[in-house]
Amino acid sequence: MPDAFPPVAYHRPHLLGIQGLNAHEITALLDHAERFVDQNKRINKKLSVLKGRTQINLFFESSTRTQASFEIAGKRLGADVMNMAVKASSINKGETLIDTAITLNSMHPDLLIMRHQCSGAVDLLAQKVDCAVINAGDGANEHPTQALLDALTMRRHLGRLEGIRVAICGDIRHSRVARSNIYLLNAMNATVHVIAPPTLLPPHIENLGVRVFQSMDEGLEGCDVVMMLRLQTERMEGAYIPSNREYFRLYGLDQARLARAKPGALVMHPGPMNRGVEIDSAVADDPAISVIPEQVEMGVAVRMALLEALARHLPDEETAPGERV
Amino acid sequence: MSEPRPRAFINARLVDPATETDGSGGLLVRLGRIEAVGPGFFNAQGISPDYERIDCGGHVLAPGLVDMAVSIGEPGAEHKETIGSASLAGAAGGVTTLIMMPNTDPVIDDASLVDFVRRRARDTAVVRVHPMAALTKGTEGKVTSEMALLGDAGAVGFTDGPKSIANTRVFRRALEYSRSVDGLVVHHAQDEALAAGGQMNEGELSTRLGLQGIPAEAESIIVERDMALVGLTGARYHLAQISCPQSLETLRRAKDRGLKVTAATTPHHLALNEIDIATYRTFHKTLPPLRSEPVRLALVEALREGLIDVVASHHDPRGPEEKRLPFEEAAFGAVGLESLLPVLLELVHGNALPLTTALRAVTSTPADLLGLHAGRLATGRPADLVVIDLDEPYIFGKDQLLSKSKNTPFDGRRFQGRAALTTLSGRIVHSRLKDYPKDAA
Repeated sequence: MPDAFPPVAYHRPHLLGIQGLNAHEITALLDHAERFVDQNKRINKKLSVLKGRTQINLFFESSTRTQASFEIAGKRLGADVMNMAVKASSINKGETLIDTAITLNSMHPDLLIMRHQCSGAVDLLAQKVDCAVINAGDGANEHPTQALLDALTMRRHLGRLEGIRVAICGDIRHSRVARSNIYLLNAMNATVHVIAPPTLLPPHIENLGVRVFQSMDEGLEGCDVVMMLRLQTERMEGAYIPSNREYFRLYGLDQARLARAKPGALVMHPGPMNRGVEIDSAVADDPAISVIPEQVEMGVAVRMALLEALARHLPDEETAPGERV
Repeated sequence: MSEPRPRAFINARLVDPATETDGSGGLLVRLGRIEAVGPGFFNAQGISPDYERIDCGGHVLAPGLVDMAVSIGEPGAEHKETIGSASLAGAAGGVTTLIMMPNTDPVIDDASLVDFVRRRARDTAVVRVHPMAALTKGTEGKVTSEMALLGDAGAVGFTDGPKSIANTRVFRRALEYSRSVDGLVVHHAQDEALAAGGQMNEGELSTRLGLQGIPAEAESIIVERDMALVGLTGARYHLAQISCPQSLETLRRAKDRGLKVTAATTPHHLALNEIDIATYRTFHKTLPPLRSEPVRLALVEALREGLIDVVASHHDPRGPEEKRLPFEEAAFGAVGLESLLPVLLELVHGNALPLTTALRAVTSTPADLLGLHAGRLATGRPADLVVIDLDEPYIFGKDQLLSKSKNTPFDGRRFQGRAALTTLSGRIVHSRLKDYPKDAA
């Protein structure tokens, strides 16, 4: 694979969310990601397009797969990647996010990846730094790279996004994954069903362009994709559901429920899974229907594509030799 | 101190909301009080040359504003606002009487603290400052405060500030007890359990921003409860901030029943809506939260018809350490002393409110509620006045604020009209008119 890529029709300085992106921008990023899928299957996965670039992963919330995925993506492109361990830093000593941003900015990073427990925190950071910023999840707002990797997984299996029917089930209220997926699928003209008990639906979710179902059986009818969400018990203050076993009875995905969707429907989950709470192991582990491991694989490709595309807009040695402006 | 020279305010458009006066005239001030007022003093002719002329240039001359809800950081958080800095901001905004909330550190729940505030105001403030005292000790919502002692010391009302009293029995007793001193009980209505964790108005926008919402019912449930308790106790009750149609309906029923209830809203609820939060602007994070546009219009209409009695700035100074944060970590509150009048004038220019209605809500109505000798252009009253240039267009900028804290949601807004000159007892404490500079302190 060459170290020079064709143009990518994504010209924004950051990726803060899916809301507001156009279909052609999403398509451009997905097309670009395809190029990295094969690259990641080679023995020598290393490229040098980000050589000399510094990437900082700033994760205020614990994360395994997303942080690892961004780290691998950056390293495979040749960037120097640093993971900020928030728990051991002065951020835990009461330093504000903006002070942290100013401190990090002074170290001249090129790419900043941030996850934060507050909605809008990544927007705030992006206003205060000079580098490209990627939202790796902010509160219950957005998780745009997850939506892109989900879309890539769906597109590779179904051949298209337009006109497909996707059910998103479970804890929609606390889910940034659900919001980003809803925005993306709407932009691509797919149909979205959301299925959840009323306590786990945010107010007026129907205004975001989805059909709302309380019954799993009705909501799964005719769906090409069943996307399960994790029950985010750590964000729950108060009685959203009476118990895990009652939740599984009504909203857990097992073989019988899945039969209501289209034959051959894909089962997805952004992870980490609560087996026996929202998804039955027999479904999650069946390689014929579950594409959960593939989602992780697509995640690295999507993040490489994004890092590469954003880095094109950074000052480089040709436009600003020897220095950053 | 030598006796100050008497002053004649001539060539004015006299607006006295209490008497529905709006016409050409003038006003004489002697020994800090209004000596005479009326159309006869429009021209300088016939006024003794002893009087210093202040030509109002045809601008509005109105009673100085009475701002019923101002939070100040003194004592305890002087970096945010002192009594002195708040008074300068007030003077610039045409506010001549500001009512200070007891949510200081320590809380104003003791006669000695009321006295402290009054002495600090006497020594450092350029406008009148009257404290309200805590309704319950420590504003903890448990034990009724010493209303008689606090009242004697100079507290003009009783409130737990931004805290809502959850315990119905405690609130009932406080309302009952307030009758013994004919005290005004001011309450912030919010069901804390229902609002817990909430960041903004609950609705489509909160869903889109991924923020937890506060439903209007968190307010209206408590308003409903409070009206029942006012019916039970016969107390004088003032709802500190009303922000939703559900509460307006309850308020209307209570007033129809003849209960002694009044309500205020804020300039930001009259001028802004939840969409102004846009990309997580923390200066627009207020409690109660900014609501939808139809609700804003309903609040303006309720003010126009007199259902809402008072507009108070709910001035709440917050420094960068509390506001330059992610939305969910940022404090609630906005400064408002200097935008109170501009927002009202914006509504007047937009034909949403008559000028007298707008000014009544910030002059005679709050003054009467609090039993203050202010808010009217009447002979014998202190000459606390404001000359309002109705027409001057300008861009409101946070860097021009005199308040120590700059957390205004109106930064960059185009306004038309503001206070051109403010007097306290006839002394000029703020002036934008170059012929009439501020009097030396």
